[in-house]
Amino acid sequence: MSADLNGALIDAAVRTILDNAAELTALDQAIGDGDHGLNMKRGFEAIAAQKAELEALPLWPAVQKAGMTLVMKVGGASGPLYGSLLMAMGKAEGDAVQRFRAGVEAVKARGKSDVGAKTMLDVLVPVLEALEAQADLGEVAALAAEAMAATKDMKATKGRASFLGERSIGHIDPGARSTQLLVTAVCQHLGEKA
Amino acid sequence: MTQTVSIVIVSHSPDVARGAADMVREMVGEEVAVAWCGGNPDGGLGTDVAKIAAAIDQVYNDKGVALLVDLGGAETNSEMAIEMLPDDRQSKVVICDSPIVEGAVMAAAEAAGGSDLASVRAAAEELSP
Repeated sequence: MSADLNGALIDAAVRTILDNAAELTALDQAIGDGDHGLNMKRGFEAIAAQKAELEALPLWPAVQKAGMTLVMKVGGASGPLYGSLLMAMGKAEGDAVQRFRAGVEAVKARGKSDVGAKTMLDVLVPVLEALEAQADLGEVAALAAEAMAATKDMKATKGRASFLGERSIGHIDPGARSTQLLVTAVCQHLGEKA
Repeated sequence: MTQTVSIVIVSHSPDVARGAADMVREMVGEEVAVAWCGGNPDGGLGTDVAKIAAAIDQVYNDKGVALLVDLGGAETNSEMAIEMLPDDRQSKVVICDSPIVEGAVMAAAEAAGGSDLASVRAAAEELSP
């Protein structure tokens, strides 16, 4: 049971990152240092390579371990950011939504940021709020897409894109896009199971 | 011999990190231990938590370690590496908010005089606006 869930979740997450790595890199070339797609690809390929090991674990320890893999393999800021999200979720107590809240708080702490700075938090926070309001998975995915698109008009105040100031406006944030891809993949996967 | 605060230089580019370390040795001398690292886990531009942790380990002493980092992920990955150290070491490793090359030289010069970690960090951070 747990093996099914982990294995299929891993496949869904890895597939969406590999399929969209070129787009993530293109977004990052516009307002960052152009390595987001490559970094995420390296991290998620490392997770894919660990699939058998992760499947052998219960869900939350597997999530925590996958987070540590991202920290060690990604090579950019997104490693510790996504890694902190997953490690905090794995370590937290409570149901999936409570764990997700712990993960989002960990990303805020790691990135010293919050909503409105044109980052992955601009997708994570609305998704968390929707989950806490018990939105269904389809609504959550739609909201994530909307929140991702809304980063286009924001001005970056964190990360490399903040060096661009006003010039960061008009580009979707690559971290918001990768977060939305992963949220959508997880929602679709869970939706198919339900 | 008295211990001095050590320096770790973390750049996206191993060439930048090595070059900055060379400048420190040239300008300050050998009495301050300097370690450097750069590059992502595949050897491309980026930073690597494991390499940063190893560099800290290489020069760690109880007087402390000052890290000089370049952009974005170098700082985030360095924070992560520090959090993975044993508890008693974490408070003795700090990231200086300063330009990487100038900060490394200033921090090392301060460290060479036997200053404590807070003074070494302050010397590097004087360079920041």
